[in-house]
Amino acid sequence: MAKKEILICAGTACISAGAEEIKAKFEEEFRKLNLTEDFECKTVISSTGCVGPCSLGPVAIVKADNTFYGQLKTEDVPKIVEQHLKQGQIVEELLTEEEGEKIENFKDIRFMKKQKRIALRNTGIIDPNKIEEYLERDGYQALKTVLNKMTPSEVIAEIKDSGLRGRGGAGFPTGLKWSFAQQNKSDQKYIICNADEGDPGAFMDRSILEGDPHSIIEAMTIAGYAIGADQGYVYVRAEYPLAVKNLKIAIRQAENTGLLGSNICGSNFTFKLEVRVGAGAFVCGEETALIASIEGKRGQPSTKPPFPANSGLWGKPTIINNVETLANIVPIINNGSQWFSSIGTEKSKGTKVFAVAGDVKETGLVEVPMGTTLREIIFEIAGGIADGKEFKAAQIGGPSGGTIPSEHLDLKIDYESLAEIGAIVGSGGLVIMDQDNSMVDVARFFLDFTEDESCGKCTPCRVGTKRMLDILEKILAGQANSDDLVRLEKLAKVIQETSLCGLGQTAPNPVLSTLEFFRDEYEELITDAEEVK
Amino acid sequence: MMAAIKLSELDHIIEKHSGKRGNLIPVLHEIQEEIGYLPTEVQRYVSKNLGVAMSKVYGVISFYSFFTTEPKGEHTIGVCMGTACYVKGAEDILMRLQEELGIKTGQTTKDNKFTMTMTRCLGTCSMAPVIMIDDQVHGNLTAEKVTEIINKY
Repeated sequence: MAKKEILICAGTACISAGAEEIKAKFEEEFRKLNLTEDFECKTVISSTGCVGPCSLGPVAIVKADNTFYGQLKTEDVPKIVEQHLKQGQIVEELLTEEEGEKIENFKDIRFMKKQKRIALRNTGIIDPNKIEEYLERDGYQALKTVLNKMTPSEVIAEIKDSGLRGRGGAGFPTGLKWSFAQQNKSDQKYIICNADEGDPGAFMDRSILEGDPHSIIEAMTIAGYAIGADQGYVYVRAEYPLAVKNLKIAIRQAENTGLLGSNICGSNFTFKLEVRVGAGAFVCGEETALIASIEGKRGQPSTKPPFPANSGLWGKPTIINNVETLANIVPIINNGSQWFSSIGTEKSKGTKVFAVAGDVKETGLVEVPMGTTLREIIFEIAGGIADGKEFKAAQIGGPSGGTIPSEHLDLKIDYESLAEIGAIVGSGGLVIMDQDNSMVDVARFFLDFTEDESCGKCTPCRVGTKRMLDILEKILAGQANSDDLVRLEKLAKVIQETSLCGLGQTAPNPVLSTLEFFRDEYEELITDAEEVK
Repeated sequence: MMAAIKLSELDHIIEKHSGKRGNLIPVLHEIQEEIGYLPTEVQRYVSKNLGVAMSKVYGVISFYSFFTTEPKGEHTIGVCMGTACYVKGAEDILMRLQEELGIKTGQTTKDNKFTMTMTRCLGTCSMAPVIMIDDQVHGNLTAEKVTEIINKY
């Protein structure tokens, strides 16, 4: 008889909520009750990657019937084992309750119902440390298809036709980027996976690397084949030790199975992969700074052109793709570009993963088709604002992004629509704020971040962000006048236009967008200050 | 005073990476993991043995916030100052820690037990506000809970 499995989420959030104690308790119960011998079904526990609804952690899913138990305590475990696993009866009192209804199936919980999981297809379902489980879910099939049946140009055409755009921020078409590197003749090319997820409030890349590392290895190998690279690097930030660990295990497994290294799957294609750990510098998420860091230098950006696709790592053609972008490659090859391009909006295809956090009832990773509205994400999936308070604004795209006020809640989110209101999809950090938050203080928070993380190479960013921060602090201290506000806006425009890299060019966005939608809050602080004088 | 560092004990790390391109950062990571920090004598040793100019070694160490030239306490407390934590009151947590330990971020307690640092987003936003002590994340914090946690160490 097949093993009955209990999936315990072992993502960082669940572990810190006590997942390991829950796992140990299950194991203890199984030993105590001699379940292996007394019953024909063997019960194993898989440590799965991140399931998604992090605020319900620790969570367990009974794989056979997909029953979901959230916010577990160790004392709940014996009941689940006795009643559910032995007698086959769902433990009603431990089910998650939503609007007076007990939810049994994981797919039916409010947080999951509206999601469409492509990039997150395996996270929380497979054990990231077992390559067999990835293989069972058609893992490495796309790589085999590519190596046996497709030319590099056909692979690139497929990715181009899918309409996939970079998920790291700027939204550049992935297939087009690959074609630039393919066209460059060179004895050596590189593929880099950018896993330097520095945007505070975003954690989708961490979850994919922790929960489904093979999908990234497979995608990078396909990318290597497409552009003619035989070496890849995954650049992971030092703050993600579990992601580094799971990725290294997965690389070893792929190498031992002939799916990575020399002569992959018996072909004459060779691809090697190395993990490089960052050292705490936000600017290294910028392509040229990331390259400098892998080269062992200070992570300072350089001017583009030349673009990395022409002259990147050690001067060779290099493609840098974000984790979530790569997580879409395998499904595109397996299901075809038409399938992928049927999802999403006219210019933004596929899905986007958002890391929803802040003042909402449920937080965690939400993957929805492009074009989903903010209202659906916040009020339907995340359950609305916590503690009976009112929605004030959503901050999207982190320090490079903007705030979205309630009048734009029905905006269909894609690259273009967000750009129109001065925000960006960015990496997908989505921090929801209730009525109690001061928007001027939120702007100050982000400026404090960019000022601190500015690498110091160019003056507009190094000095400009510092001066903007000074003005914001002055405003918050009630010591500013209306001239300061004019100076703040002028400075913001200059920094946008003259900074060397994306960090500086986008640093003023949080200020400009709060100024656009919440100008009254700035003015109130200033009027008060003038009255005092 | 810290015990003197036997530089030759770092040779296995340097040898493991020697000849590889871009090996400076991985080497510094592993040395810091082993001895806790990167003082001048270690920097000089790495410079000589990897054939990288001392100015470059120091340049890299001073650029990345993860590297430190000062010895750290027994435990490192990282206070998350990411957006979600900030919205959920990370500043109160930081204030309480400063009161409890009598140090500011970047400093180490007199008994050498705790070093406090500020970190940018640990990616556990659903449990905001959070702190990380060594490799352990503590979430859903209140100022009271912070005191409880610190007392356990």
